[in-house]
Amino acid sequence: MSDVQTLDRPQAAQSGGMLPSIYEVRRRRRELADCVTLEMAPLEGAPLSFAPGQFTMLYVHGVGEIAVSISGNPGNGEALVQTVRSVGAVSKAVCGLAEGARLGVRGPLGVPWPVEQALGKHLMVVAGGLGLAPTRPIIYWALANRDRLKSISIVYGTRSPDQILYAPQLLGWSNTEGLQVGITVDRAGEDWTGRVGVVTELIAPMLHDPAETVAMLCGPEIMMRFAADALADAGVSQDDVYLSLERNMKCGIGWCGHCQLGPHLLCRDGPVFAYPAVRDLMTVWEL
Amino acid sequence: MDRAAAEPVDRSIVIPAESLDTLIGALRDGGYQVWGAQERDGALGLAPLAAAADLPRGRVEAAEAGTVRLTDGPRPAYFDHTLPMQGLKRMVYPARERLYAAGQAMSLEEDPVEAPPIAVLGVRPCDLAALDTLTAVFESGPFVDDRFRQRRAALFLVAVNCMRPAATCFCASMNTGPRAEGGFDLVLDEVMEGDRHVFVVASGSARGRAVLDALAGEEAGQADREAARAGSQACAEAQRRHMPDGVAALLKQSYDDPHWANVAERCLSCANCTLVCPTCFCSTVEDRSSLDGAEAERWRRWDSCFGLDFSYLHGGAVRTETASRYRQWMTHKLSHWHDQFGMSGCVGCGRCIGWCPVGIDITAEAQALAASEQAA
Amino acid sequence: MAESKIHSIAEILAAHPCFAGLDPAITDLLGGCASNVHFANGRYLFKAEEAADTFYLLRGGDVALELRMPGRGRLTVQTLHPGQVVGASWILPPYRWRFDARAVGDVRATGIDAACLRGKCDDDPSMGYQVMQRFLPIVAERLQTTRLRLIDLYAPPAEVGNAL
Repeated sequence: MSDVQTLDRPQAAQSGGMLPSIYEVRRRRRELADCVTLEMAPLEGAPLSFAPGQFTMLYVHGVGEIAVSISGNPGNGEALVQTVRSVGAVSKAVCGLAEGARLGVRGPLGVPWPVEQALGKHLMVVAGGLGLAPTRPIIYWALANRDRLKSISIVYGTRSPDQILYAPQLLGWSNTEGLQVGITVDRAGEDWTGRVGVVTELIAPMLHDPAETVAMLCGPEIMMRFAADALADAGVSQDDVYLSLERNMKCGIGWCGHCQLGPHLLCRDGPVFAYPAVRDLMTVWEL
Repeated sequence: MDRAAAEPVDRSIVIPAESLDTLIGALRDGGYQVWGAQERDGALGLAPLAAAADLPRGRVEAAEAGTVRLTDGPRPAYFDHTLPMQGLKRMVYPARERLYAAGQAMSLEEDPVEAPPIAVLGVRPCDLAALDTLTAVFESGPFVDDRFRQRRAALFLVAVNCMRPAATCFCASMNTGPRAEGGFDLVLDEVMEGDRHVFVVASGSARGRAVLDALAGEEAGQADREAARAGSQACAEAQRRHMPDGVAALLKQSYDDPHWANVAERCLSCANCTLVCPTCFCSTVEDRSSLDGAEAERWRRWDSCFGLDFSYLHGGAVRTETASRYRQWMTHKLSHWHDQFGMSGCVGCGRCIGWCPVGIDITAEAQALAASEQAA
Repeated sequence: MAESKIHSIAEILAAHPCFAGLDPAITDLLGGCASNVHFANGRYLFKAEEAADTFYLLRGGDVALELRMPGRGRLTVQTLHPGQVVGASWILPPYRWRFDARAVGDVRATGIDAACLRGKCDDDPSMGYQVMQRFLPIVAERLQTTRLRLIDLYAPPAEVGNAL
């Protein structure tokens, strides 16, 4: 199909149609003031198995459906773990689901992070804000494959210290051998002793061997673009930079046309792309 | 898409024009309800046919950018008109349908697909191409829309090759007509010479062949076949509108062209073009619930990229301006569609030109963009 | 006793990312304006409105650039880390600091006498040009990263709100 480059989609771990499976909320944890992590399990059948970077469509009875990335451990299929920020009617309803409540789940959907590309190399995850949620499965995968990676770096930027997602877990990872964690916030008061600055400033200092590094980015589009520039400036090949994009999704399976970015249907061809496949599109006005 | 290739047209016969009712009867005998274009409220719409007399015989469209009117044509042909205002889209993909009902405790009940066998008489080559285009969208991706698939499979398509273009037609430059090369069960050529008024009927599928074999008619001769081809050729040559060559590549270079702002000064964002377009497939979903919230329903309905909320992302719309929304529509149709589905999303039917309330003409806009890029 | 090598100031300057690769003759000249300094955690390298007479090449420890705002306490506008330069207001008049620079942890730095360096740059514009080529990218990067933070990338949609 012409010259448009996309990543391979998984042959397995895809299920389709507009009819959700019924899941139950097993655990609900508040992450941030407006952000909740749900652990869900299907009422019937096997737990959902997924690849890092995939998403699901979550349906709340009578309210609607939204696309949410999966944030759990791909090696531990016990529960479907997703972190949701309350921003609209549906996400607010999802965040409000109590333990024991039921919801509909379609998926897993979408093209995953090509994590195997990092084998034998240095892996750098660059996340901004809530962008840590879709990248957390990469980190779980990397921890399980630590001996096959030269190093693992997590570069995380967010708005302020109270907006650090998965803070206890990040702290744990920063104390894990073979794992480097760098966190920076846009603004802070005097109780914050960490970095204040932009995530891009952490990239060069945390790179080991740019020519042998694979980077995966998730966050606001502008942040990803500047992070990709910082990686390129430091010598990382743009072909080794992957990112996850977001647009309005109504169906998640390529039928509704909402999530287009130029030649790509994000739900079908993404959400994960190699940077060169979307670089020029990301700067087109209102594409 | 490859239906015709697998089962080549293997027989063509000639029937007198008055035998059209025999064909309708044969289709009905085959278990099909028969639909065709009918004049209603001054326009053509697809509706169930009782007899050939329901067809808009002798009527033609006086179509131009921003107007479609029916008027008397020069001869009593059944098919000198071109297109009903909407194509086959709503027959395979309803404008609104309930996907499922969600009862208490989230018991989901999927709505069964209603796909009664329907024969459509008088499908034009551009609309056949549009059906192929929709089939690529709903059946060739990683996920197959079974609702669409069942409805499409239930259609029996009797195509008609065009002998006369409307002024808004540009199928010849989109390579979708005016002669159907496949994708039909039966195809008709209406031949009128002096007092002689006949149809050349050819089959394009096994089930089409079965219907054809039930008709009484002579094998089509060389002269009738040639007359039919010549008619199509003349129809192609009579088309005044053309899509410029290389439009797919052109649009990819035109994202920032100032001409989009020019279109936006005229475009009302009314979405008429997406409603009449036989390939526009975008949809959204709506939720309804009973007053007590116990029962909920989920509906899918057509949506349009001209709506502000179409591109809504938490925080706001991505495409806030008419210029970027028109650019999305046209660029998707003529360029990105190739990337997404391996074919053009425009079939050259010209409906968007005629039904645009301000007369925006996609072929003229493409030419203006080409000129603008050349000047840049 | 572990063997430790005493580095000359010029060697330290040449090894710092800010001056790496600079003509050794220039780093030698710069060395004449430089001295190594140490700040304990919580001490200020400089405070806003003071004369910008010394800037620092940070070698160890972190520095927080701060503003104080009544009712909101100390606001950290940016942190600086080993390998970075602390202070740019010494380059242009009126040579006054605009922010407070506080040591976060034990800070080791090389202080450079700004008036001394400016004098040498005035005497030798070619050298001055090379020194400016080292400082302009630092200022440009701070401008760019500040712009990125200015747009409040991670703001909740409700706050930036053009919600429908």
